[in-house]
Amino acid sequence: MQIDLRTVSIKPQRQTYGHIARRFGDKPASRYQEGTFDLQPTANFHYRPTWDPEREIFDTSRTRLQMKDWYAFKDPRQYYYGAWTLARARQQDTAESNFDFVETRNLGALLADDVRQQALDLLLPLRHAAWGANLNNSAICAYGYGTAITQPCMFHAMDNLAIAQYLTRIGLLLGDTGSLAAAKERWLYAADWQGLRRYVEDSFVVQDWFELFVAQNLVLDGLVYPLFYKTVVEDELSLRGGTAVAMLTQFMTEWYAETTRWVDAQIKTACAESPHNAVMVRDWITAWQSRALEALKPLAQRALGERAGSTLDDLATQFAARVAKCGVPV
Amino acid sequence: MSRVFIALQTNDDTRPIIESILADNPHAVPVESPAMIKIDAEGHLTVKRESISELIGRDFDLQELHTHLISLSGHIDESDDEFTLYWDN
Amino acid sequence: MDMQVPKKKLGLKERYTLMTRDLAWDTTYQPKEKVYPYADYEGIRIHDWDKWEDPFRLTMDAYWKYQAEKERKLYAIIDAYSQSNGHLGVTDARYLNAIKIFLTAVTPLEHMAHRGFAHAGRAFPGAGARVACQMQAIDEMRHAQTQIHSLSNYNKYYNGFHDFTHMYDRVWYLSVPKSFFDDAITAGPFEFMVAVGFSFEYVLTNLLFVPFVSGAAYNGDMGTMTFGFSAQSDEARHMTLGLECIKFILEQDPANLPIVQRWIDKWCWRGVRLLSIVAMMMDYMLPKRVMSWKEAWEIYFEENGGALFKDLARYGIKMPACAEQIRLEKDHLSHQVWATFYNYGGATDFHTWMPTEDEMQWLSQKYPDTFDTYYRPRFEFWREQQEKGNRFYNQTLPMLCQTCQIPMLFTEPGDPTKICYRERTYKGNKYHFCSDHCQHIFDNEPEKYVQAWLPVNQIYQGNCFPEGTDPSAPGFDPLAAVLEYYRLNIGRDNGEFEGSEDHRNFEAWRGMAKRND
Ligand SMILES: [Fe+2]
Ligand SMILES: [Fe+2]
Repeated sequence: MQIDLRTVSIKPQRQTYGHIARRFGDKPASRYQEGTFDLQPTANFHYRPTWDPEREIFDTSRTRLQMKDWYAFKDPRQYYYGAWTLARARQQDTAESNFDFVETRNLGALLADDVRQQALDLLLPLRHAAWGANLNNSAICAYGYGTAITQPCMFHAMDNLAIAQYLTRIGLLLGDTGSLAAAKERWLYAADWQGLRRYVEDSFVVQDWFELFVAQNLVLDGLVYPLFYKTVVEDELSLRGGTAVAMLTQFMTEWYAETTRWVDAQIKTACAESPHNAVMVRDWITAWQSRALEALKPLAQRALGERAGSTLDDLATQFAARVAKCGVPV
Repeated sequence: MSRVFIALQTNDDTRPIIESILADNPHAVPVESPAMIKIDAEGHLTVKRESISELIGRDFDLQELHTHLISLSGHIDESDDEFTLYWDN
Repeated sequence: MDMQVPKKKLGLKERYTLMTRDLAWDTTYQPKEKVYPYADYEGIRIHDWDKWEDPFRLTMDAYWKYQAEKERKLYAIIDAYSQSNGHLGVTDARYLNAIKIFLTAVTPLEHMAHRGFAHAGRAFPGAGARVACQMQAIDEMRHAQTQIHSLSNYNKYYNGFHDFTHMYDRVWYLSVPKSFFDDAITAGPFEFMVAVGFSFEYVLTNLLFVPFVSGAAYNGDMGTMTFGFSAQSDEARHMTLGLECIKFILEQDPANLPIVQRWIDKWCWRGVRLLSIVAMMMDYMLPKRVMSWKEAWEIYFEENGGALFKDLARYGIKMPACAEQIRLEKDHLSHQVWATFYNYGGATDFHTWMPTEDEMQWLSQKYPDTFDTYYRPRFEFWREQQEKGNRFYNQTLPMLCQTCQIPMLFTEPGDPTKICYRERTYKGNKYHFCSDHCQHIFDNEPEKYVQAWLPVNQIYQGNCFPEGTDPSAPGFDPLAAVLEYYRLNIGRDNGEFEGSEDHRNFEAWRGMAKRND
């Protein structure tokens, strides 16, 4: 006998898992909620990490930030693995057709030599900066507390890797392997890149994972992305006939706009929790921001010449406004 | 010689893949279970992009294999055209 | 414009190098030891990370493309399965108890793997290894979430699924998987890779995911089959990573061999002990069986693992010493574990039962040397008692092995009538073990294993009651208090399957389906 199970109407015993119901009530829960909240173990750990014997496996004291509930760090995008992957696959489709478009029409060859050269000079060393961001976000996922914030940081780490890979493809499309090698040389030895490289290397040894979040995702990306992808690529190079470059960095531009909302929400949550946190976050921002601006100065100069100073000032003003909106005290 | 194996889900997409693996590796032995097939082979087993592409009438990318793969054993040698599992013993 | 020279097409390998390890550089503003502080303390010597062979060459663009395709398919099936009350299509409601164990014991491990690979993905100085670990870190999150999402619909209708994260941190039998992964993640990154990437992923996960998941399909559970096989599709990459990692470490320096061999010995045994619950799931909890645990063991461990160790012999790696004991245990394992859970069924979040006569015949046939001699008489006795209204529940708490944390239920190798005990005094305290192998693991790192949070000991120390409990209050019922601490609903989640709420509901709901037809 064929049984048609669809016709059975039965009353559920409960709508969602107990830990989700205790947070949000016993009603149908989203996949983001069920896949995220309270997933990380919190009690009765068996052994101390041999790599950090003073602490538990997951331990709130790996940052000086303090939270009553670490699941206050909600992701406005509500990304769980499936949602994140689908969103990125869509963006990847667009990126792919942009690369195709530039490649099949040979738009790279149509760029003026100085435009192409500047794109290669300024964008390719950022492969390494993006790689640094990947390392840092992997660290935040590993040592952070609570799936609500550790999960998106791992997604962010893979996004950072993807960006480094898109930049590599740009190098191969507009130049060749030699261009990548030359850019790496500049990253390693050219005086104007050393401030940025030092910033990135110093961030590798930051022990406090929320400070690292601030230094990497808020401050450094918050200045690098608008400067390079907006001002240099979209404004400067496009004016000089380099719209093809802007097509190739569309992923970065959109990604930055999307992730900014997430980063800001985390900063806002941290600051709203307590004056202690707010002051902490403010001090981290102050310390890292002045270093980042200093590091970007020679690069802005190279890209924008005499407009560098005013551009960086504008950037700093916009960044201050953004941070103020997140509730960071002045 | 030790045996390598590849296990795949059985569904519409994998039928031509399985067929071409068995054709390209006459020494391979299929073992069916519910919803899956395990293909054992003495020493080595090769999946060829060409053969699958021919069967499905479009270009097959070997990375598509990963969508249907359940498990495997052996060392892997992977190029754009072939995916080989082997043991050296 | 002089750019018209056609570019040389880069090979897969060359291109992948540019996309990954070429992104890295040797830091100069910060010393290597500070950037990668966890790379050296385990004693593994790596001279040249450039020798790392990338186990697979998947860039993020391709990763997203294929993973998105898998996710789309998977969630479409999950949706269809729950909308059509797919749960009523499983063979019988006993089956559901196997996937309760899956959710409470396996899903949290997927999350732990996610965090562990994030740690390894940060800790290794080699860029190729880091990227591979990071990719596995997100895959493992995928596994955790697809399991939670697939089983969410079961949770709506059946008991015992409802508090898996809370239970993982507390319930007695779940300290077995929890201590396994806590052990791995608290080790250094190299040992973590040998433990999880190699021993667990390469040698053992097949046993969980392949025959068991095929069994789920056989029992009509398309939801579990889908997430199970979909997770396995990532596994090929993970296994390759584990194998590459071992080869790389061994090729780097001969001094690594004894360290790696000790880890392999330890983790194969830890893994085998962990899988004893899967043995029971396969032999006792699937109403329709694809193959016995023993058969699966022979295919996936003895044959497949055998080929692997034969291959690793060139590096001097030997089959783990525990293999002999494992061989002796394969005829007994599932029966001993099921008997124990049947005994302690009052304190589990899933139901237990005695097999039917048909099922006992299947067991006799699959285990001709042991089942009828050692287990059938006991099981028939329990069944008789149950029929007389004396369903047996053990009320005393068992002694646990200090290492694997499993109750002392295993018998002496070669003598299935005698429980195996080992004992060791360390710094004035006595510790107990289920086997020589668990004792050796302890002996190698006593300072680690004395820390173990043993559920039974914790209960006796009064650490497993809900907050605010007063154990000196008149009429205090310690067992009830412990179950409350577990958030286990007495009489609904635990105990005998026969007549349980799940049993009754499933029959009633399925009856409705038949009537409607
Ligand atoms: Fe997994
Ligand atoms: Fe043990």
